[in-house]
Amino acid sequence: MLNYQHRDLDRVFAALCDPTRRAILARLEREETLSIKALAAPFAIKLPAVMKHLDVLGAAGLVTRSKHGRTVDVRLSPERLREAADWLRRYERFWSPALDRLAAQAEAKEAELRQSEASEDQSEPPDA
Amino acid sequence: MTSITLVRRIAARQSIVFEALTTADGVAGWWGVDDLPVVVAEVDARVGGAFRICFPTLDGEEHEACGEYLELIAPSRLVMSWRWVRGGVPEELDGTSRIEMELKPVDGGVELTVTHADLRNDASRINHEHGWSASLARLSRLLGASSNAQISI
Repeated sequence: MLNYQHRDLDRVFAALCDPTRRAILARLEREETLSIKALAAPFAIKLPAVMKHLDVLGAAGLVTRSKHGRTVDVRLSPERLREAADWLRRYERFWSPALDRLAAQAEAKEAELRQSEASEDQSEPPDA
Repeated sequence: MTSITLVRRIAARQSIVFEALTTADGVAGWWGVDDLPVVVAEVDARVGGAFRICFPTLDGEEHEACGEYLELIAPSRLVMSWRWVRGGVPEELDGTSRIEMELKPVDGGVELTVTHADLRNDASRINHEHGWSASLARLSRLLGASSNAQISI
């Protein structure tokens, strides 16, 4: 459960901490494939700045680019996002079953204690 | 700060749950990932006391962690530091995280809230600098994930 590629994860987390890059990912999530020009259109930044963001996203493995004639298509690549989410979720995977067992253990002990309390009550003489 | 919070209702009295969290026998009974008995459970439940646990997983590996009790208020609150150890050496990459457990009496038992916080110091720093708290919600949505734990960054 500990064997994660931390350097890759660092890149993913670093790539995600910019609002423009998150907006780019969100659009790609909705529209699957977009040309760089179409991607850049809603942002108040110039094309070269968008290209830079795409470089960061590409280096983190979050998007892929492919050239078709004169346009470059950008596509979301969810595998790295999955790894990042898994990294965080491994703690959930640890805690969730552990707490289930803790609850079962405590509840068994509670039942045991109640039973012995009940039998103690019964064994007491009625007018003690 | 990267943290995960889980809440469980347990049909047992508070003292029983607190004991399960703060004694070696208690901890040995539930700690771990797969349903396998722990290898080592050392518990010195007092402020400044140490905690060490080693548990196996089905893949044949053993995972070791250690920490220290930072706060201990029987039977309602417990805070400890937490660090993965490999071959007797702390794993630097994860650093030290923090486990907080709160026990609240409720009708028919106890509500236990476990928060595992400071999971990733650099991610916490990123959060303070750039405020990307929404990104995990986005991650979960992207993945269509459902989760019974609350994760925050």
